[in-house]
Amino acid sequence: MIAIDKLWKEYGDNVVLENISKTVQAGEFVTLVGTSGCGKSTFLKMLLGMETATRGRLLMDGAPIRTEPDQTRGIVFQQYSVFPHLNVLSNVIIAREFEHSPLMGKLFGRQKTQVIEEARALLEKVGLANAALKYPHELSGGMRQRLAIAQALIRKPRVLLLDEPFGALDPGIRADMHKLILELWREHQLTVFMVTHDLAEGFYLGTRLWVFDKVRHDPQAPGAWGARITYDLPVGKTPATTVAAIEQSLKLTEQKFDANTGETT
Amino acid sequence: MKRLVNLRPSRPAGILLGLLPVFALLLIYVIASDARLEANPNDKLLPSFAQMGEAINRLAFEPSKRTGEYLFWQDTGSSLTRLGLGIGIAALIGFTFGLITGALPVAYSSMAPLITVISLIPPMALLPILFIVFGLGELSKVALIIFGVAPFIARDIQRCAQEIPREQLIKAQTLGASSWHIVWRVLIPQLLPRLINAVRLSLGAGWLFLIAAEGIASTDGLGYRIFLVRRYLSMDVILPYVAWITLLAFIIDWLLARLSLWAFPWHHTGGAR
Repeated sequence: MIAIDKLWKEYGDNVVLENISKTVQAGEFVTLVGTSGCGKSTFLKMLLGMETATRGRLLMDGAPIRTEPDQTRGIVFQQYSVFPHLNVLSNVIIAREFEHSPLMGKLFGRQKTQVIEEARALLEKVGLANAALKYPHELSGGMRQRLAIAQALIRKPRVLLLDEPFGALDPGIRADMHKLILELWREHQLTVFMVTHDLAEGFYLGTRLWVFDKVRHDPQAPGAWGARITYDLPVGKTPATTVAAIEQSLKLTEQKFDANTGETT
Repeated sequence: MKRLVNLRPSRPAGILLGLLPVFALLLIYVIASDARLEANPNDKLLPSFAQMGEAINRLAFEPSKRTGEYLFWQDTGSSLTRLGLGIGIAALIGFTFGLITGALPVAYSSMAPLITVISLIPPMALLPILFIVFGLGELSKVALIIFGVAPFIARDIQRCAQEIPREQLIKAQTLGASSWHIVWRVLIPQLLPRLINAVRLSLGAGWLFLIAAEGIASTDGLGYRIFLVRRYLSMDVILPYVAWITLLAFIIDWLLARLSLWAFPWHHTGGAR
């Protein structure tokens, strides 16, 4: 469904991603991990259409992906992705209002009741049924992310992008959110890309784990080489503990390198 | 004994402390006024409160001998009309330009430098031009307020529009929003409370331009009256007028603050993510 063909991303002399080629089938759940600044967020932005590739192609169903965000790709950011001036219910139905009311961006009467019903069902599923009339500032961080997910799902996107969605949450709440996202993924048959800092999250969630890492490193010119996908692991089929150990050590050395170059440049 | 920086007055003590300097000033005034009036009963510089009350009573509750109008209320009405018109139109223009330049990068590139330049022109320097172009009537006074306030509001709204997290705009696009939808359903509702705030901040400047314009060329208005009676050293009129203007400014500011709290409760809760 998504094909990545010899993809490069450069900012001037600074190579962020080099020569990435992958294919992803519909219904896969891909988790993207890597150190900060390794290009995983840039990659997600390219899927979203906020960034364009310098070289190579990014295809969705055989056609180049639109270089502008649209309703085929839903997104949940770590924060700021719900509308603070609307209550929970309005935050969800606004997507349908955009769809059906090109001029006013607002629905009335029977059409509105229909949409509200749909939104209530979705809120029920993400566990916000009792908070439908609250404003985002009255919600906890976890509830706000539940709302952001409900919002992203109502237009039934083919791809769901998650940019460190649970990074700011407490561990207990994060576990609940993992359960929720796995449920929704199965139920809606989504293709999910999730960026995370948390390696354990990568092994626990989804079907596929991509590790973004720089293979080559020039201490004199830290921007000269970009990151590649160094590991592409089917989740659950490899001895997770050993792989995790390898990855952890890899990351440590990478961080040391970064720290060194950071000081000298 | 606690350190001074940790000493917090209780609520009644705080109010009392706040009123203390006000009473001290009033007391000083009364003493000074009494001393001068004792030396010379015809002294005009520091009138007693009784004299001020008499002057205002004459202006507010007795019809003018010349025109038969109640001057105080007529002045208030004219001034508030001019201020309201000026600030209202300025808010409309400022909001429109601020919104467009803040929302659309193309509009920003083409218009933001000009708005910045216009906002740097001292409005008072334009007053002669306004008098020449619009004549000495109402229009030039309202135009001065608009020129003085609209660029400030435009720049403030523009900055606020750009400060709305990009994540929200992208989220809206992933929900299928058009540019118009984003402006209408995401930006405008979130910028309205900021507009109220910008208007509150610009009211001080609005009063300044109003009184200046009225003082130079007018036939009524609060500013006109205090500039007129200056010729007769009528401090008994000027001082109550200044106090009245201050009170009006305070009331308008308070009403706007209440309006914002009432209409946009979500705006006043801090860091909504």
